[in-house]
Amino acid sequence: MAISDSKDRSRRSAAVAPVTRSSKPAGAASGGQPVVEFRGVSKHYDGGDVGLDQATFSVVRGEFVFLVGSTGSGKSTVMRLLIKELDATEGTIRVAGHDLEEIARKRVPYYRRNIGVVFQDFKLLPNRTVYDNVAYALQVTGSSRKEIRNKVPDILRMTGLSTKLHNYPDQLSGGEQQRVSIARAFVNHPPLLLADEPTGNLDPETSIDIMRLLYRINRAGTTVLVATHDQAMVDKMRRRVIELSRGRIVRDEATGLYARDETTREFAHRMRGDGTRPPGV
Amino acid sequence: MKLGFFLREATRAMRRNAAPTFAALATVTVTMIMLGVFIPIVQATKGAANTVRGRVLVDVYMKSSATSSDETRVRKELLSVPHVKSVEFVSKAAAYAQQSKQDPAAYALLASNPLPDTFHVVPDNPSNVLAIRSSLTPPATGGGAGTIDQAIQTVSNHKDDTKKILEVTNLVTITAAVLTVLLTLASVLLIANTIRLSLFARRREVEVMKLVGATDWFIRWPFVIEGIVVGAAGAIAAIVVLGVTKVALLDPLANDWTLIAAPRTIPFAALLAVLLAAGVIVSSLGSGLSLRRFLRV
Repeated sequence: MAISDSKDRSRRSAAVAPVTRSSKPAGAASGGQPVVEFRGVSKHYDGGDVGLDQATFSVVRGEFVFLVGSTGSGKSTVMRLLIKELDATEGTIRVAGHDLEEIARKRVPYYRRNIGVVFQDFKLLPNRTVYDNVAYALQVTGSSRKEIRNKVPDILRMTGLSTKLHNYPDQLSGGEQQRVSIARAFVNHPPLLLADEPTGNLDPETSIDIMRLLYRINRAGTTVLVATHDQAMVDKMRRRVIELSRGRIVRDEATGLYARDETTREFAHRMRGDGTRPPGV
Repeated sequence: MKLGFFLREATRAMRRNAAPTFAALATVTVTMIMLGVFIPIVQATKGAANTVRGRVLVDVYMKSSATSSDETRVRKELLSVPHVKSVEFVSKAAAYAQQSKQDPAAYALLASNPLPDTFHVVPDNPSNVLAIRSSLTPPATGGGAGTIDQAIQTVSNHKDDTKKILEVTNLVTITAAVLTVLLTLASVLLIANTIRLSLFARRREVEVMKLVGATDWFIRWPFVIEGIVVGAAGAIAAIVVLGVTKVALLDPLANDWTLIAAPRTIPFAALLAVLLAAGVIVSSLGSGLSLRRFLRV
C-alpha cells in the first residue's frame, strides 16, 4: 500500500470526521487542530520485528477513533508510542502539537498526566481501594487533599461505583474493575484518552456498558482512541476506524453514518439492538 | 503534606506486603547479628596477633663479668643498630626477682642467681627482628657467629620461633581482613537481594504508577522510607539480641577469657551505632537503587 494513499485517506477522513458538535465548542471547526498526528512513523523492535511501518494519520480534537486489526498488527505499538513507553524508530509523532521526540525522559511523567490510559488487564493497584486507586492519579500531580476529596467521589459516581469506594480490586467484577480504571484515566480530565482492548476481558453486555462510558467521556470533549479486535463492536459503534495489518495502515474511514449528537441512552439502545440500522438515521 | 503522604504510602505498603517486609527485616536482623558478632571477634583476633608480635624481641645476654660501664657502652651500640626502636635493660637482680615470683619453688632451690644481665631489644617492626639479630652477630673472623661487643655473651637465637610467629600472625591478620570484606559483601548482597525480590513482586505496581504519570522520585520515596524503616527495625532487633547476649553470656565470662575482654575491640555502644547505620543505609540504598530497574518503563 502506497504511503501517499493512506495519507490522503487520513486527510479525507479527518475532514469528514464526525465531531459531536452539540457538546463541544472546541471541535466545532471541521478538521480542527489535530490532537494526535503520526507522520511516517515506523517502529522496529530489537528482535527485528516490525511494530509499525510508515504509519501516517491524524486525529482531531473530539474524535472517537477505533484502531482495529488482528493480534500483532501494531495497535498496541501505536498506544505504547503515544504514552512514550516506546520511541519511534522513524517519523514524527505529535500530540497536541508537541513532538514526542523532544520530550526529555524526565518530562515523560508530566506528559503522561495529559493522557488517560485504559488497558485490557485494568492495571489497578492491588493494594489500594477503589477510592485510593483513583486518588493516586491525582496525588501524582500534587493535588491537595481537598481537591481529591471533591473530585474522586464525583468521578466514581459518574462511573457508577459509588457503592464500591472501599472495596479492593480483587473484590470487584471485571466490568467494575474496568470502570475504576476508566475513572482513574479520566479523573484529571485529560484531553486524550487511550484504551487498549478495554473490553477484551469482558462479556458483551459489560462491554457495551464500558463503551457507553467511553462514549460519554468522548461527548464531554475528550478525544478517545480505542484499540480493539472486537469487529462486532466496531461495526455497531459506527465511528472512524483505522485498520492496521502487519504494522501498516490498510484502512482509515468513518464506518457509515451515525447520529452526531446521539445521546448515550440512544447510543446504548442502538448498541444493544441488532444494530443493522441505527434508529433515527 | 508531601512527607506525610510518602510516610503513609510506606506504611501502607509494609502493611499490605507483610510477608516480604518480614523477610527483608529478618534478613537485616540476621546479617546484623552476624556482623555484630564478627566485628569484635576479628578485632580481638587482630589485637591478640599484634600482642604476640609485640613480644617478638631480641634478647642480648651479657657476660657475667660485665660492669656498669660495659652496660652503658652496649646500650649505645644497640641503639645505633638500624631498626632498633628501644632497648630495655633488665639487671640480674631484677630478672631474678621477676622469675622467682613466677616460680618461687624452683628458684628457692637455687642458692645463687644464675641469670645474666639482659637487654630486651625492641624492633621498630616485628618483621625486622631477624635483620637486627644478624647485625648484632656478624660472622666472627675464626668462623661461627661473633658478637658486636666483647661484653655480650650471646644473642638469643629463636630464629625459627620468630619466623613462625611472624608467619602465623600475618596469616591471622590477612584472614581476618579477607573474612571481614567477604562478610560485609555477603551482607550487602543478601539484603539487596531480599529487597529486590520484594520489589520484583511489586514491579507491576511501579509500572502502573509510571503509567498514570508519577515521577521516579514520587515512586521511589515511599520505597526508600520503607527501606529505612525495615533497616532500622532489623538493626534494632539485632542490637537487642546482641545486647542481651552480651549482658547474659559474655560479661560473666569476660574475666576468664582474655579474647572477650580484649581491650582493643570496638566499644559496645559504637558497635551498635555502626550496626544501626549500616542497616539503615544498606537497606534504604538497596531499595532505592534496586527500584531503578523497574522504573524504566
